[in-house]
Amino acid sequence: MDEKLSKKLRILADAAKYDASCSSSGAPKRKADVGGLGSTVGTGICHAYTPDGRCVSLLKILLTNYCLFDCAYCVNRRSSNVKRAKFSVDEVVTLTVEFYKRNYIEGLFLSSGIIRSPDYTMEQMILVAKKLRRDHGFRGYIHLKTIPEASPWLIEEAGLWADRLSINLELPTERSLEQLAPEKDGASIETAMAQMFERIEEAREERRHFSPAGQTTQMIVGADESTDADVLRTSAKLYGHYDMRRVYYSAFSPIPDSSAILPLKSPPLMRESRLYQADWLLRYYGFDVDEIASSGEKGMLDLDVDPKLAWALKNRHRFPVDVNRAEREMLLRVPGLGARAVDKIVVARRHTMLRLEDVARLTSGLKRAKPFLVTTDHHPKARLDKLDLRERLIEKPEQLSLFA
Amino acid sequence: MSLHRITLKAGADLNGFRKAVRQLVAEELAPQHVVFAIDDAPGLFGDETVADAPPVSIPKGVARLIEQVVCHHDPERYALLYQLVWRVLNGERDLLEVASDPLVHRIDLMARSVRRDLHKMHAFVRFRRMQGELERFAAWFEPEHYILEAAAPFFVDRFRSLDWTILTPIGSMRWDRAALAFGPPASREEAPDGDSFEEGWRGYYESVFNPARVNPTAMRAEMPKKYWRNMPETAAIPGLIQTAAQRVERMIEQEATMPAKRTPERAIQAMWDQEPKTLKELNAIIAKAGPLVPGATQAVFGEGPQHAEIVFVGEQPGDQEDLQGRPFVGPAGKLLAKAMKEAGIDREKAYLTNAVKHFKFEQRGHRRIHAKPTAGEVKHYRPWLMKELELVKPKLVVALGATAVLALTGKATPITRSRGRAQLGPYQGYITVHPSYLLRLPDEATKREAYEAFLDDLRRIHDLAQADLDTGELPLAAE
Repeated sequence: MDEKLSKKLRILADAAKYDASCSSSGAPKRKADVGGLGSTVGTGICHAYTPDGRCVSLLKILLTNYCLFDCAYCVNRRSSNVKRAKFSVDEVVTLTVEFYKRNYIEGLFLSSGIIRSPDYTMEQMILVAKKLRRDHGFRGYIHLKTIPEASPWLIEEAGLWADRLSINLELPTERSLEQLAPEKDGASIETAMAQMFERIEEAREERRHFSPAGQTTQMIVGADESTDADVLRTSAKLYGHYDMRRVYYSAFSPIPDSSAILPLKSPPLMRESRLYQADWLLRYYGFDVDEIASSGEKGMLDLDVDPKLAWALKNRHRFPVDVNRAEREMLLRVPGLGARAVDKIVVARRHTMLRLEDVARLTSGLKRAKPFLVTTDHHPKARLDKLDLRERLIEKPEQLSLFA
Repeated sequence: MSLHRITLKAGADLNGFRKAVRQLVAEELAPQHVVFAIDDAPGLFGDETVADAPPVSIPKGVARLIEQVVCHHDPERYALLYQLVWRVLNGERDLLEVASDPLVHRIDLMARSVRRDLHKMHAFVRFRRMQGELERFAAWFEPEHYILEAAAPFFVDRFRSLDWTILTPIGSMRWDRAALAFGPPASREEAPDGDSFEEGWRGYYESVFNPARVNPTAMRAEMPKKYWRNMPETAAIPGLIQTAAQRVERMIEQEATMPAKRTPERAIQAMWDQEPKTLKELNAIIAKAGPLVPGATQAVFGEGPQHAEIVFVGEQPGDQEDLQGRPFVGPAGKLLAKAMKEAGIDREKAYLTNAVKHFKFEQRGHRRIHAKPTAGEVKHYRPWLMKELELVKPKLVVALGATAVLALTGKATPITRSRGRAQLGPYQGYITVHPSYLLRLPDEATKREAYEAFLDDLRRIHDLAQADLDTGELPLAAE
């Protein structure tokens, strides 16, 4: 690999890393044709992990980090003095294919700064995907970032080649968008999301390929004044209206050559982590936004304990829950019991009465669960009402950041 | 009763275990009377052939679990699996549903460990191109369990067109683009010691790391250290962790700088000026994009004066249109031309186009059979059609057939119920049948009748186009 290309790769990978999305999941299972290259497996594969604990699954790069937009939170905004580079379409194709052949990656995640025009940029990105599929018989994963300011026909084209499309909302409220991303416009983002949603649904019904792994989005946390409740309300809307596969949350993190309007501090990693947990409660545990928000204070989640535990501590009258009798819906509300553990409990108790040690084999969260559940040989009794329960259940923070 | 001894081959001996289970079950030997031994010396196993006992019927889930757990490196695996089988056959057929049972739990943990190892092998194998060979790759990998054969299909499915070898301490395998062959254990030295893309890959790995989020514990949980030595990128880890704090401090301390470049105002202005301004520009975009439906050799654009008063929208180009690259030149187009003439509409002054700009067809022998575009496909073309109409700015838009209505309104509407004047999106419109419908009618009488009705529609369209639609002054009474 020649040195010039290596250098560009460093710049354009660095520029892409603030996108939290890494997944290569959700595509229908495919195998390489004779003479072709690549396959997809339903859940995706992480080919490496970097020392921030993040997964490296796709070759996540920008086509270019030159950009005409000036979004304050973004390392690539036009007013930033970072080093710039631009790949040619063929360079991205070569990198993807050669990395793929060595089993470094599941495929490509291509995004870009806006150069010349949104349409021009989007066309170049589509061209990369098209060349991979047509010229190399590439059947690996392709995730394309959609540019909402591009003409609508480009979305129609992009989905035919990509496994997943995404547009980052970045900020949960229109006001923050106006303040921090002057070129962006919430309405056009939502229009594009709606367009993708419709086409994805239609294609699924017609059994055609159009972004079969659906669409995702990302919100930055900690760059504006939005509360967790604001963020989660926006997420709930996005899941409900556009069938988002995932909303990613990205703790706003110090960037080189940052903008003067955003004071720099350590990224709110714990807040990000709690938002992911809350997001899970929203999607798989039957909680609504108001319930989750009520578990914290003033619209912010409790940072010391996970949101399900926080909710349980504030709703002790709903507990203890008998694992041998309770409805699935209520078991899902027990802190420390994940959806999988609950499913196992529901099946196992058809054959046997569960004791505490049985439950211990089904979850790793027994310590948190214990004060809230009843088994044949265990009842928390008055312990549930003790005032220091919360203090005793706070986990010692692991090394989460350098600034802790 | 003396202990019954079963000897199985080293590695994941699924066949040996299956045979043993059949025999043991046939002889009604309970687990406490059986010991499983593993013959580590390959080749010495042989003459102790066991007669085939009848197959044992076990639930699918148990069979799947056995396939996974025989790959585990724990020498106890066969004894545990036999206990499971025994209990399942003796009154606990749904035993796997009791995930809290200590035996089920233990076997489940073993299966999970095997699946994880498989997953990690799929993830962490790193191929290196072999010296002097164009498309031949090899990798050295050290799995935790006996998973070589179980891991193979993944690599075949993915790297079918490459010639690759995976070498491990428990065996090797090679795919030569046609067949898979398993071989003896190998050593690290047999694999290539480098690859020209590794430095670039390491550079990529370093660049995607965000020092402000350093968290080696989370990394090690997913990528345990035992895998590191066979992954070239991990050489960067110590350095990345060491310098992380310093890099972040520097970013935080660094004060916001003034942009070195002036604001590229003209570029920003130009950026928003991306809309096609003429039909020619729009058509160039459509041509460049290529078909959004299967089939088609070329795009067939609309035809007619840029500011025609009437736009006719059909479904999609047919065989003739596809070959000639012009709309409405096939049989249906000729019929339309005839009817237009009779109704007094000057074809030269009208603009004719299709909802879908490419001929979707299925090849049957030498014939290309028209395939109806799906609703989703029609919508793929909709933004272009809308732009096209915006550029023509017609007084009246005529939808020929249901596909055109769908394309113009975004909603499916049956023609029979909506035939006549209609609002088509932002346009005053008229809905009628597609001329190809007239061609398909079986007998002459209905054909004639339908043609007359079509002609009536065209006459009304002609009159509507003459009238002032905004004031509603029509030469004919509106329905």
